[in-house]
Amino acid sequence: MELHDVWFVLIAVLWTGYFFLEGFDFGVGVLTKLLARNRAEKRVLINTIGPVWDGNEVWLLTAGGATFAAFPEWYATLFSGFYLPLLVILVCLIVRGVAFEYRVKRPEERWQRNWETAIFWTSLLPAFLWGVAFGNIVHGVKIDRDLEYVGSVWDLLNPYALLGGLVTLTLFTFHGTVFTALKTVGEIRERARTLALRVGLVTAVLALAFLVWTQVDSGDGKSLAALVVAVAALVVALVANQAGREGWSFALSGVTIVAAVAMLFLTLFPNVMPSTLNADWSLTVTNASSSPYTLKIMTWLAAVATPVVLLYQGWTYWVFRKRIGTQHIAEPAH
Amino acid sequence: MDMALAPETLARWQFGITTVYHFLFVPLTISLAALTAGLQTAWVRTEKEKYLRATKFWGKLFLINIAMGVVTGIVQEFQFGMNWSDYSRFVGDVFGAPLAFEALIAFFFESTFIGLWIFGWDKLPKKIHLACIWMVSIGTLLSAYFILAANSWMQHPVGYRINEEKGRAELTDFWAVLTQNTTLNQVFHSFSAAFLTGGAFMVGIAAFHLMRKKHIPVMRTSLRLGLVTLAVGGMLTAISGDTLGKVMYEQQPMKMAAAEALWDGEEPAPFSVFAYGDVDKGHNKVALEIPGLLSFLAHSDFDSYVPGINDTNKALQEKFGPGDYKPIVPVAYWGFRWMIGFGMASFSLGLLGLWLTRKRFLLPAALRTGEDEVPHLVLLRKPLGVRLTRLYWLLALWTMAFPLIANSWGWIFTEMGRQPWVVYGVMQTRDAVSPGVSQAEVIISMAVFTTLYAILAVIEVRLLAKYVKAGPPELTEADLNPPAKIGGDLRDADKPMAFSY
Ligand code: HDD
Ligand code: HEM
Ligand code: HEM
Repeated sequence: MELHDVWFVLIAVLWTGYFFLEGFDFGVGVLTKLLARNRAEKRVLINTIGPVWDGNEVWLLTAGGATFAAFPEWYATLFSGFYLPLLVILVCLIVRGVAFEYRVKRPEERWQRNWETAIFWTSLLPAFLWGVAFGNIVHGVKIDRDLEYVGSVWDLLNPYALLGGLVTLTLFTFHGTVFTALKTVGEIRERARTLALRVGLVTAVLALAFLVWTQVDSGDGKSLAALVVAVAALVVALVANQAGREGWSFALSGVTIVAAVAMLFLTLFPNVMPSTLNADWSLTVTNASSSPYTLKIMTWLAAVATPVVLLYQGWTYWVFRKRIGTQHIAEPAH
Repeated sequence: MDMALAPETLARWQFGITTVYHFLFVPLTISLAALTAGLQTAWVRTEKEKYLRATKFWGKLFLINIAMGVVTGIVQEFQFGMNWSDYSRFVGDVFGAPLAFEALIAFFFESTFIGLWIFGWDKLPKKIHLACIWMVSIGTLLSAYFILAANSWMQHPVGYRINEEKGRAELTDFWAVLTQNTTLNQVFHSFSAAFLTGGAFMVGIAAFHLMRKKHIPVMRTSLRLGLVTLAVGGMLTAISGDTLGKVMYEQQPMKMAAAEALWDGEEPAPFSVFAYGDVDKGHNKVALEIPGLLSFLAHSDFDSYVPGINDTNKALQEKFGPGDYKPIVPVAYWGFRWMIGFGMASFSLGLLGLWLTRKRFLLPAALRTGEDEVPHLVLLRKPLGVRLTRLYWLLALWTMAFPLIANSWGWIFTEMGRQPWVVYGVMQTRDAVSPGVSQAEVIISMAVFTTLYAILAVIEVRLLAKYVKAGPPELTEADLNPPAKIGGDLRDADKPMAFSY
């Protein structure tokens, strides 16, 4: 395996980490409207991800920075090509971060409600748009001989990509629902379990359609295996949820995300962004990657830093392992 | 196309606006993280309640500020790809690495430990909780270091070669990028400027409360800490600015000449404190100048030759081919002065304050004050009168934002003084923009960011004002009884969390 192949895998790992982690916290954001019956329950939801959402988001920043360093051409084509959708995502992430931090800083009901509305929309939109973006990456877009994206923003909104968006949205919501069941106590936990079944069934149908479409389009034996794992894990996650095994259910919805992302990257390889205009103009791991020297330094960095990051992020989850319910939310002193 | 609406111009405006905005929060974050950590250390070591109250007060302001720094930083991470795709293609091999290091080493550190700190008051034993804020502080310093290494490479590219076949710059020596003198000097200068900024912030707010005779013990301590930070930070900023100037003079002589609007070389070269007339046309009249100072800034002696803009332009044309290698001179000239002027004004305020509030051994016994009294401001042997005292407090309050202005102009000077280059001597800005991004797209994004940032600025300033006015919080039972075990006290399962969103 050459270094640029290693980096293809590492970029896939970073995106997987991002979708696994921020996946449930986007999901929890969506649940503030779907599941919470009152403001106290909204706060319970928000506080399940309170200490960790920022760290989860850094997986995205790292995926961005690492793509810049390891595949500059990919970074350049992707983010200049998907300009407007990315703008929407950035605006959402900005407002969302501020919303978490500032919501509780004033007692007025209107202030808090506005930020809660913001949390819902800014969780929902990126959850959808990341799927659209990946649908387009996997399917390929109009890239010319200079490796520039020459399509329009409407080209990005094709049926396949939109279906991809619905899959990430529902999958993340499902992931968030089982996470809520795992992290809360009281009535909201019971309701999360009931909702998980419904969201899970919708997710299963959409994900199956999208992954089969992908498989027919550009799959091979390995991607088929990943597809089977993804769908099977989702089904077992639902069974575990019905059986009240919340830990298992969450772990398995995580496996679904991992397998689905793996499948997308497997069908992509050795391209990183195929061109629909001419196969010779596709961005690949060879023509988009950095020099061996840079990749070597980056590999050292990843080898040393990633385990440490996993260690202290894991520790955070352990520190905040206690379930929370409405009784744990004090009216803050102002 | 009309230059004013060319994608290049728009992309530059967008980059300038978003980055200067990001950098309003960064220096405060860097310094307040360290200062809060220092105060919390004092609490852990002495158990004096005023330190805990101070930690909570400054910590809250720090959190309001860092939230904005973090979210505006996200834009930066993607902006190179969005608006500067040809730049990213050309330099990604070199420039991407420090950004990846920043994310993987610094951002993870910062964001994870800040979560632990915010929510950890009743979940972590005292010392571990303290360690968390120190981790955050280290994270902010590391992130600034890596990004400054990247920026320094744009100012003075080292450790790379041009790969003709691939048409791009490639890294050959990462260590050189991380440790070249431009990087080290920029880091030193930016860090000290950050502490100057945080010091002025602390002094201004402490003055606000002391003027009203409120929260005296906490604010007395804060005033002292702020003044020391301000004075030390200010001194180091001046020292590092001087060495940075020498580095810059060697590496980018045009920037130094533009900073002085020195059109033709002089020996010895003076430094004009103030000029009028038209600095852009080459016949500015200098109103007040210090003989030999420019020579000193460039060479450490008062009488050597400093080449002017015209000479340098000619030299650059010989080296790089025909073209105009001048930046916008008035921006460089005034930017340089505003940086120094606004920053040094705060520094002077800090020095004055240190003297006025000097410690007991320099004061006659009658003028000494207790922990819960507002300190007298003593010029020589007598305290200042009521009006002068009030004037000092007001000055401290009103000039709180001076270092922020200085920082912004320092960056505008640095970045615009480098024009027309985006990577000095290697790539020009006009070749760096994204060819595929339309004018309409940039206009949309710029309008969106500018509007959003303006709204957020109003929200954040109001919040800061609210929490500044509220003063340090009263301590609760939980504050004074931190848990002994990681994960908190699990016996009382229904106890409300000490902090929740
Ligand atoms: C509070 C802020 C502040 C203050 C009081 C000063 N500076 Fe500064 N300066 C900055 C904040 C700053 C900055 C914003 O942090 C910059 C932008 C780039 C950098 O590394 O630092 C900067 C850049 C900068 C540069 C440009 C470096 C380059 O282009 O590579 C020079 C030559 C100086 N400074 C010199 C000085 C001198 C001689 C000062 C006088 C005492 C001074 N600065 C005070
Ligand atoms: C945080 C402090 C910084 C500030 C305030 C700042 C400010 C600016 C400004 C005002 C411009 C516009 C220049 C012009 O229109 O002529 C600019 C341009 C630019 N800066 Fe910086 N900058 C900062 C740091 C950085 C860093 C750390 C990098 C790289 C990592 C960087 C990269 C660029 C690029 C790529 C451009 C666009 C090309 C150009 O117009 O020069 N800047 N910056
Ligand atoms: C000299 C210029 C810069 C310095 C010193 C600097 C430093 C920092 C610091 C200390 C933070 C922590 C939070 C805060 O700002 O309050 C931060 C956040 C951030 N900065 Fe900057 N920055 C600079 C410019 C840039 C540029 C040009 C980029 C783009 C590559 C960037 C990307 C980011 C990102 C992505 C974050 C968010 C990190 C998080 O989620 O914790 N910064 N920056």
